[in-house]
Amino acid sequence: MSDFFTIALFASALHLAVPIILPMLGGLLCERSGVINIGLEGMMLGGAFGAVAFSYVTGNPWLGLLGAVGTGLLSGVILATMSVLLRGDQVIGATAINLVGAGLTAALVPIIWGIDGTTPSVPKVPTPELPFVGQIPLVGPLLAELSAIDLVAFALVGAVWWVLMRTDMGLRLRACGESAAAADAAGIDVTRVRFIAVTLSGVLAALGGAYLSIVTLDLFQASMTQGRGFLALAAMVFGKWRVGPAFLVCLGFGLADAIALRAQIFTHDLPHDLLFALPYVLALVALATFVGRATGPADVGKPFRRA
Amino acid sequence: MIFKRPPLPHEGDLRLDPEVRAGIDARRAQPFSVEAMVAQMRDGTRSVAGRVLVFVITLAAAVICTLPFLFLSGAELGVTLSAFLNGSLGSQFAFAETLVQMIPLLIAGMAVAISFHGGLFNMGVEGQLIFGGLVAGIIGAEVEAPPLILSVLVLLGGVAGGALAALVPALLKAYRGVHEVVTTIMMNFVATYFAIYAVAPAGPFVAATQPSATEKIPRDARLPTIWDGTRLHAGVIIALVAVLGLWWLLYRTPLGFRIRLMGKNAGAARASGVSVKRTIITTLLISGGFGGLAGAVQVLGVYGRFFDAFSAGYGWDAIAVALLAALSPFALIISAFFFAMLDSGAVQMQAVAGVSREMVGVVSGLVVAFVAIQPWLLHGLDRMRARRRTRREAGAPVTLTDTGDAT
Repeated sequence: MSDFFTIALFASALHLAVPIILPMLGGLLCERSGVINIGLEGMMLGGAFGAVAFSYVTGNPWLGLLGAVGTGLLSGVILATMSVLLRGDQVIGATAINLVGAGLTAALVPIIWGIDGTTPSVPKVPTPELPFVGQIPLVGPLLAELSAIDLVAFALVGAVWWVLMRTDMGLRLRACGESAAAADAAGIDVTRVRFIAVTLSGVLAALGGAYLSIVTLDLFQASMTQGRGFLALAAMVFGKWRVGPAFLVCLGFGLADAIALRAQIFTHDLPHDLLFALPYVLALVALATFVGRATGPADVGKPFRRA
Repeated sequence: MIFKRPPLPHEGDLRLDPEVRAGIDARRAQPFSVEAMVAQMRDGTRSVAGRVLVFVITLAAAVICTLPFLFLSGAELGVTLSAFLNGSLGSQFAFAETLVQMIPLLIAGMAVAISFHGGLFNMGVEGQLIFGGLVAGIIGAEVEAPPLILSVLVLLGGVAGGALAALVPALLKAYRGVHEVVTTIMMNFVATYFAIYAVAPAGPFVAATQPSATEKIPRDARLPTIWDGTRLHAGVIIALVAVLGLWWLLYRTPLGFRIRLMGKNAGAARASGVSVKRTIITTLLISGGFGGLAGAVQVLGVYGRFFDAFSAGYGWDAIAVALLAALSPFALIISAFFFAMLDSGAVQMQAVAGVSREMVGVVSGLVVAFVAIQPWLLHGLDRMRARRRTRREAGAPVTLTDTGDAT
């Protein structure tokens, strides 16, 4: 058993958690501002594709990351326009993002590269090792497996928490999600706050996708996110729309993924397909038992319109 | 039983919304004017002509938005169009193939439609379809029974499987208040991975000769082919009967009334004595049952066995099918047929015009997007009409004042 639970396992758990954490943060910001976002999956695919396409065209992976930010802005602005500005149904609008995201990215691959399915390799973002952290006792060896990019992702968790819970801006954002009418009466421009939150969620989700496509791998594959956007959504609900708990849930999902992958190599008699379903089963069981009534922000899902 | 409906309101005796009144007037005065068409569209839920107009405009908008990507892939419009029509309607075989594609889309579309009628977003139709198909495949492979009884058992098993996949979200929604969108999506993955496990090489239900599939269902028990020389099977009859059944359920039974009442206003439903919890559970179970039926019909009619990749995302396209049909059971037939045309025409379009099959997904996504912003579109058209009227009445151009926004 001891050679199963190694440093490598926990390191890969952290690596697998990052592309869930980033869209989770985006979804959390979005829902705390009062807009349901089940379009994270489509936004991630857009980001993963944008990153690879830009990296391929420019030959510079960092510009690829910038391209992911661009596609994230685009998908975020489209969703925000549909569900905030034009007050369309939020679930339906986000579903459209998912469908178009999956279809368009898969359809653009043959247009750009001339082959179906998987793109050829493109320059990937270098993952520089961190100096000196290996010497830190206890957690040193684990941290040494991480790259600067992982740390930036983890730092973003803290940043989002701080902005959401400790700044004026965050209070305004949460007010829009709890009671848009009251926030409006207090002089907050609900439409603007929600628009910005949805756009930001697009960027964060796209970065999560880009992490998969040009940090972990160096190519794009049709529907390569494999439901991580939905997993992020599950983590957010599981964590009751709070940054800390949702982050821990993401880490748990990462660990479950890592165990399932490792079990595939180690043993053949374990039903590893069932292990892949484990995060979802866990989330459902938790919702049914000890999480308690998981109710989101009070005004989530309701389009706001000034009287 | 006699079904007698009250006559539709005529002028004078009923207080009508001024907007509705204006719409009726416009339609009476000039049936083919822009005003009349806009009024028609706004009252889309009431008149057939309005519905047709909304249907066509949504579809046209989605297709027009797809055109730039067609040009990007270097396809010529004429070639693409003729390939599309050839591939979907061009021959007896193509037409039958389109109908075959229509069956799962239609049944799954009904699953989406009934949940939306109840104000519930069942995003798990894909999972219910897979689970229903799996249960159907297992029953068909394992149970020994006379052919006819076996077919019925398989179909019922599919319905039960789909309902089972919808049960967890239904209970969580009714008793724990968890939003069904998240839980149904999660169940998609649980169902998918469970199905993969069940027919994995070491899985409990895998066929002896074929990995990733169950044993074949005896040929006599499968749905018979009803058009010689094609793959068209009796599932199309099941689907059409189900459409009738859905319409009957929604508009002619107390349960359907409760479902629609809950969808329009859950508070009003509760106040008038409807058990919202029970209605939520029933609605989602029926919805899941339809999803499972779609899977079972596919297993029993097309493949004769369950295999893990048997659904081409029907559950997702079904959302577009249901929304394009504005949730009306009969309009579902038309919108499912259109998406089936896209599906079966896509093969030809890819081969002849070099257009990726994934474009079908783009079109269905855009349809969903345009349905999402439909209220705004209708509102905008209304405002335009109001502005025109003011202009006409004042006899002079008006400046940009907000006319109809403050409602």
